[in-house]
Amino acid sequence: MVSFIIQRIFHSILLLFLVSVISFIIIQLPPVDFIDLRLEELRQEGNPNAELIMLDLRYRFGLDQPIWMQYFRWMGGFLQGDLGVSFDQNERPVSDIIMDRLPMTLVLSLATMLFIYIVAIPIGIYCATHQYSAGDNAFTFIGFIGMATPSFLLALIVMFLIVIYTDIPIGGFLSPEYMDAPWSFAKLINLLSHLWIPVVILGLGGTAGLIRIMRSSLLETLGQQYITTARSKGVKEFFVIYKHALRVAINPVITIIGISIPAIISGEALVSMIMNLPTIGPVFVRSLQVLDMFLAGSILMITSVFVVLGNLIADILLAWVDPRIRYD
Amino acid sequence: MKYFYNKKHKKPLPPVPDINIVLHDDEDLKAQAQSETFWVLVWRKFRRHNIAVIGATIALSFYLFSVIFADFIAPYGLEQSHRVYKSAPPQIVRIIDNDGNWHLRPFVYGFRRELDEITFQRVYKPDYEVKIPLRFFVSGEPYRLLGFIPTSIRLFGVDGENMVFIFGSDRLGRCLFSRIIYGGRVSLTIGLIGVVLSLTIGAITGTISGFYGGHIDNIIQRIIELIRSFPTLPLWMALGAAIPDAWPPLVVFLMISVVLSLIGWGGVSRIVRGMVLSLRERDFTMAAKGLGASDKRIILRHLLPNTASFLVVEATLAIPGMIIGETALSFLGLGLRPPVTSWGVLLEEARQVRVLAEQPWLLLPAAFVIVFVLAVNFAGDGLRDAADPYTK
Repeated sequence: MVSFIIQRIFHSILLLFLVSVISFIIIQLPPVDFIDLRLEELRQEGNPNAELIMLDLRYRFGLDQPIWMQYFRWMGGFLQGDLGVSFDQNERPVSDIIMDRLPMTLVLSLATMLFIYIVAIPIGIYCATHQYSAGDNAFTFIGFIGMATPSFLLALIVMFLIVIYTDIPIGGFLSPEYMDAPWSFAKLINLLSHLWIPVVILGLGGTAGLIRIMRSSLLETLGQQYITTARSKGVKEFFVIYKHALRVAINPVITIIGISIPAIISGEALVSMIMNLPTIGPVFVRSLQVLDMFLAGSILMITSVFVVLGNLIADILLAWVDPRIRYD
Repeated sequence: MKYFYNKKHKKPLPPVPDINIVLHDDEDLKAQAQSETFWVLVWRKFRRHNIAVIGATIALSFYLFSVIFADFIAPYGLEQSHRVYKSAPPQIVRIIDNDGNWHLRPFVYGFRRELDEITFQRVYKPDYEVKIPLRFFVSGEPYRLLGFIPTSIRLFGVDGENMVFIFGSDRLGRCLFSRIIYGGRVSLTIGLIGVVLSLTIGAITGTISGFYGGHIDNIIQRIIELIRSFPTLPLWMALGAAIPDAWPPLVVFLMISVVLSLIGWGGVSRIVRGMVLSLRERDFTMAAKGLGASDKRIILRHLLPNTASFLVVEATLAIPGMIIGETALSFLGLGLRPPVTSWGVLLEEARQVRVLAEQPWLLLPAAFVIVFVLAVNFAGDGLRDAADPYTK
């Protein structure tokens, strides 16, 4: 088991290195960069020093050097915590921008994952044990619609309904009075009261999918012969399901953990934009729209780090639950 | 098979074998039954799932109306706008008018300009004094039916200078219904192309990976894992942003399809690889190899056709993902941009809640996306059940 973990960790580090190279290449892909756009803007304003300012910027950030040197500069800085600066935000350090928003993004993602698992697993078990009942059919139907509706459309519709029909103020995670206040229990409650809408919107699609998977996996497991044996031996139904069947049926669900982390990270970008949440997503989109290289590349790199981490944890969890995998 | 023997030419008859060829009834039937292909059986099983058939019908009608006959169904052109009625609400097609009278010909009410008391903006409300009858097969903006028949007949419209906005108009006075139809043409086509690309790359790499094994297999699987390490939407957005604005719209269109397909092929490749790994050990493969078949022939003639059922199901289930991806990208302005119109571009105009509150009809493209995705999901589910050889 330990050797498996060490092997996977090495594997992940190698993967992260390759991810950094690809991220860098992607950021370099646009033929025009932010500096060229600013140059155009300054020229149109009639600024006589436009060229000089731009040349100075290029020189300072090493943008006139060959690509591979730029990459090493970037990676070197990255590993020391210096991720460059954002041109769009008046040369504010990228690490500042990201650290501003990262905690809330993580809170949102974790809350969404918790929501998905806490809601979907019991409902999935219910649907499997009460197959074809009214509840099962209702959940299946809602599940289909939830899977068909992309999260950002759902966000738009929900926002629209809330703004038109209720008075709940939305936007942001905290009410104005709590923004700069020190952490307290009341602030936590306020946070939760603002958090539940984005969490529900983000989590609905994932919940629908997970319910289906849980349901079909448990149904398949309950059809096995050892379940019939346990029942005929007199084991109480509760233990048959939760002690025997669930352990086997939970296997595909754990696999999904690995896949759902990147899904949540990528899904939150759109929803956060629509709902004006102070997370990384909107910053990332804006940086792409203005071709702010350091910022976009760093965010892509960091989210990929989380994805690789998530896959690593999922692999280890799976090996822990299913011993067959360790000896591959 | 009977030969037509023309007595005038007096050609000699072909030699007839000396056997009494009499087909018994059951042999006839057996000969007929043996010619049922796998796909006939799949179709029969598919027909039994009502929901799947409904889904497939809806999805195919979308393609028929929005892709092939787009110009006929849409009453107006993509950029055709009314001088006056901008941001006008939808005009409901009625048969019963306000006084309770029935009319044979459907009609809509005209518009009346009002000043909204709260926002002080120009709002258009239905004018119950003005009835505008709906005409069918009217002559509208000319186009080419099926790409080459020049005509100008459209399904419906109204007389004179008026325009009928059954889904309302946008802020430039363009008919939303027409834009949704034309936008659907772009969205649905991108979905199709993206899926074809994704499946092609996935099937080829999966087959090569599974068949040859060894280093090639390793490299391909590592590449797939690398792509899987990126969050999907940010990767799409970054690649979408990399497409320069200056490129012609058609090239942008193709590049978006390529970008969308880049993520999907990994999953397909892995599953095809698994299938090929097991197919490789089967008797028919070894027999073909023993008979001297080249690698290429084994792959193309024996292995790939056996993966066909999975590929078809996967294609059907992947289309919604592609369409949602394109909609998301264009919604953010990182995919298709105006004047190219797709459902995502249309929704981009409805992005702010403020705008939505005053003109909620701009959200209608979302309904089309949802309905289409639902329909294809149902059809794909039914297809997967029908193609599954293990359930009756």
